[in-house]
Amino acid sequence: MNTITPPEYLPEKPSAQGRHFRAEKFDFWSFCFSGLTGLATLFILGILAVILLNILINGWRGLSWHFISTIPKKDFFDVNTTGVLPMIVGTTIRVFVMTIFVLPVGVITAIYLTEYAPNTSIVTRVIRAAVNNLAGVPSIVFGLFGLGFFINFVGKNLDTLFHNPGAVWGQPALIWAALTLAVMTLPVVIVATEESLKAIPPGLREASLALGATKLETILKVVLPQALPGIMTGGILAVSRAAGEVAPILFTGVAYYMASLPTHLTDQFMDLGYQIFVLSTQSPNIDQTRPILYATVLVLLILTFALNIVAIFIRARVRKKLRALG
Amino acid sequence: MGIQRGHRARPLEWLAEKFIFLVSLSAILMVFLIFLFVAREALPIFFGKTDTALVQKVIPPDEMDTLSPAQLQQYLELTPEQFASMDKETLKSLMEVKQEQLDEIPANFRNDPDARVNTTEWRYLLLPHKWSGYDKPEYIWQPVGQIQKYNIIPLFVGTLKITLIGLFFAVPLAVGAAIYVSQLARPHVREIVKPTIELLSGIPSVVVGFFALLVMATFLQKIFGYQTRLNAFVAGIALGFAVIPVIFSIAEDALTSVPRAYTQAALALGASRWQTAWQIVLPAALPGVFAATVLGFGRAIGETMIVLMVCSASVMSWSIFDSARSITTTIAAEMAEAVSGGPHYRILFMLGALLFAATFVSNMIGEVVINRLKLKLEGRR
Amino acid sequence: MAETIMPKVNLPEAKMNSSASGVPLIEIEQLSLFYGASKALKDISLNLDEKIVTAFIGPSGCGKSTLLRCLNRMNDLIDNVRIEGSVKIGGHDIYDAAVDVIELRKRVGMVFQKSNPFPKSIYENVAYGLRLHGKQNKTELGGLIEQSLRGAALWDEVKDRLHSSALGLSGGQQQRLCIARAIAIKPEIILMDEPASALDPIATARVEELILELKKDYTIVIVTHNMQQAARISDQTAFFYLGELVEFGATGKIFTNPAKKQTEDYVTGRFG
Repeated sequence: MNTITPPEYLPEKPSAQGRHFRAEKFDFWSFCFSGLTGLATLFILGILAVILLNILINGWRGLSWHFISTIPKKDFFDVNTTGVLPMIVGTTIRVFVMTIFVLPVGVITAIYLTEYAPNTSIVTRVIRAAVNNLAGVPSIVFGLFGLGFFINFVGKNLDTLFHNPGAVWGQPALIWAALTLAVMTLPVVIVATEESLKAIPPGLREASLALGATKLETILKVVLPQALPGIMTGGILAVSRAAGEVAPILFTGVAYYMASLPTHLTDQFMDLGYQIFVLSTQSPNIDQTRPILYATVLVLLILTFALNIVAIFIRARVRKKLRALG
Repeated sequence: MGIQRGHRARPLEWLAEKFIFLVSLSAILMVFLIFLFVAREALPIFFGKTDTALVQKVIPPDEMDTLSPAQLQQYLELTPEQFASMDKETLKSLMEVKQEQLDEIPANFRNDPDARVNTTEWRYLLLPHKWSGYDKPEYIWQPVGQIQKYNIIPLFVGTLKITLIGLFFAVPLAVGAAIYVSQLARPHVREIVKPTIELLSGIPSVVVGFFALLVMATFLQKIFGYQTRLNAFVAGIALGFAVIPVIFSIAEDALTSVPRAYTQAALALGASRWQTAWQIVLPAALPGVFAATVLGFGRAIGETMIVLMVCSASVMSWSIFDSARSITTTIAAEMAEAVSGGPHYRILFMLGALLFAATFVSNMIGEVVINRLKLKLEGRR
Repeated sequence: MAETIMPKVNLPEAKMNSSASGVPLIEIEQLSLFYGASKALKDISLNLDEKIVTAFIGPSGCGKSTLLRCLNRMNDLIDNVRIEGSVKIGGHDIYDAAVDVIELRKRVGMVFQKSNPFPKSIYENVAYGLRLHGKQNKTELGGLIEQSLRGAALWDEVKDRLHSSALGLSGGQQQRLCIARAIAIKPEIILMDEPASALDPIATARVEELILELKKDYTIVIVTHNMQQAARISDQTAFFYLGELVEFGATGKIFTNPAKKQTEDYVTGRFG
């Protein structure tokens, strides 16, 4: 085997130092500040861990099938008869009704913004600004909106329309709470749907149109099926957010104690978050009630947190798939 | 000859497009409606049409006809709907009831100068007043009782205190972490840490408030040793927890979107990673970081449950170790007790309208800045 | 892509005579296209005959793709586009107000530079166009799909995995699938916008073979920046430069004895 002789100006042996270079001079301040910011990151992660662990550890013992499936008597803190079933049902139903309203409106709005809206139009910009503003409105203001618009205006007028003797629609009810939440989570659905629509390469739309499909057909047959996982993510995020919110339902339908589960849209309902709030701030003997409280918090956390993780997981998988599409 | 769209050929398609457009306008409609209906309940306060003065000039029922309908409605403290639904007989008997009420006010109370005051006038809402029983002019929010005091300044102070504490706590942490994750750590760290911190925003605020109430309050009191266990300081820190993910997320995006070219140029000149981050990248990303803070501010102001669970009393004090009430918690806590249509109710709505206006403005600012950032990322760069 | 300066092109398969059938199918008359205020196509007049392959050649940005997209009105999708002049297919002006664009695109199909199969199965990809135009019956569909896949020289390779994802095919196979998808609805004209530019030489050769087969039944207009490709497969060639039609005629003549100097400079590689 021939070896190539190196030309004379190269050293004969490689230097003893080898090829390891220090990336940079050791700088004290650099190290310090890197350390500080790293600590900041750790601190934040630590807070997250502490909160989650604290609730998990303290609430774990109180959790049982019995707990989840019982309707409690008036004394919530009687360990033997307590349960969170009506709260779980209340939380779930209001979120479910909300989804029926928010998904169609949100998806259609996102479709308009991505597929139809001319980019230079003022109307488009106003719609986008409105969506962003909705996202920033404080949750208690939504509660006021629910009270001032849905209950006092729509509800009262409905009562007049149906000639109801007393207030049937014009009072706090499941439907109004659900609608208020729908308005609140609208931006979440719109943003998630838009994101998933934009990720679809335009070549697909062109291919469909070139085959003689109308724009609507293209959207319904090619674009939407592709965007479905992203839309689902949006729905799940909206659900998770709404399940944890208490402020918007304070005046629009939640009750501290209902003897039975809600059955009509005009019923009031119990709620996990509200229960936690009332009991934490108003219970007399905190040591006695602590374990049950923690268990309730754990149930709420599992509900909302688990949903969040599912949504993030789906989103990550969709991103991988779309990268393959190119 | 131009290009015709030929929609005559497909009416269904055209209809569908119009329908989609109409639905999309709903977002604008909602923002408009929110403002309209929240402000609507508060309008009488804005226009000074409410009167909570206890001692009013008694108008005998016989003189009912000398009053205009509007005056009569206000005298009897009726809502427009109620007034419209009543006939003359009912109104007259109401006037008699009112006369009895006014006659029943005890004499010593009648001499109390406060009893003649319309406490919902702007003067009393904003400026300090020397109420009877107090030594000097005070700002007092105390809607419960014979003489309802509606000064909103303590609420603003409370909101500000708690929000600022929250931001002082959250901004350095969040921005520091953003700098670390985006500039100093290894790339795969970002993939793990970023979503994890965003998970923090998935914890409902009730739960954060619960944690603050049960665990943090005692813990912090042990460390700092102050008097009131449940105070603005604790609330502020808990609020910070909720706000950190918002600020982190946007600040990190802003830092990452600074062009690689800047970083590489600095490193090639021999700057250390820290110097590059602090002197080159951060200044370039400043608009985005600023926007993140503004949005965090908006979120902090609007937060209700955390502060509601931690603080309870409305104390007008600049000390962060006293309890405080914010605007949001006041609305949340007192709406249930407020008589529908009454002055308390209306003032709470007014606070809501002011809050909406404040977050609207801060949102617009944050958004304008973020938009410019996006344009830099996509196009103009 | 820099072309080296070459001597006059020697074409083994050069067609010295026009094999045009003499029946113009597409008549373009004084066509101008504006993007906002800028004029991208300048008064183009051109007649394309049926059942032959016409190539549009020219350097980047000369407007050949834009012109191609005018033929099936895909330019309608872009905001701010304005057209003057007329394009007649089969004697009818396709920009007339009464024309249904959807019907037009059934008769004028398109294959794109970057193959864009739907993220569905191979079967579904070809069935998509068929279903759009009313074919529902499964047996009928199956037959038509097989016919199209054979026509695109893809059948043998995919017949065992019709229901597997189209994205699992190689680049060349995907492009042939797109061709199958386009011919499934039996258009009269097929427009191809640089169909082989993203493919390796072997796949390119197969697509070119396919085009030569297809021209027995379809009229094909192909945009290409690869001059040898144009020389190999087209019957007539149009050369464009900066939005203007410089020269149009039989492929053999354009490449061996062009009338204009500009054309000669381009085909011999002096610029491009």
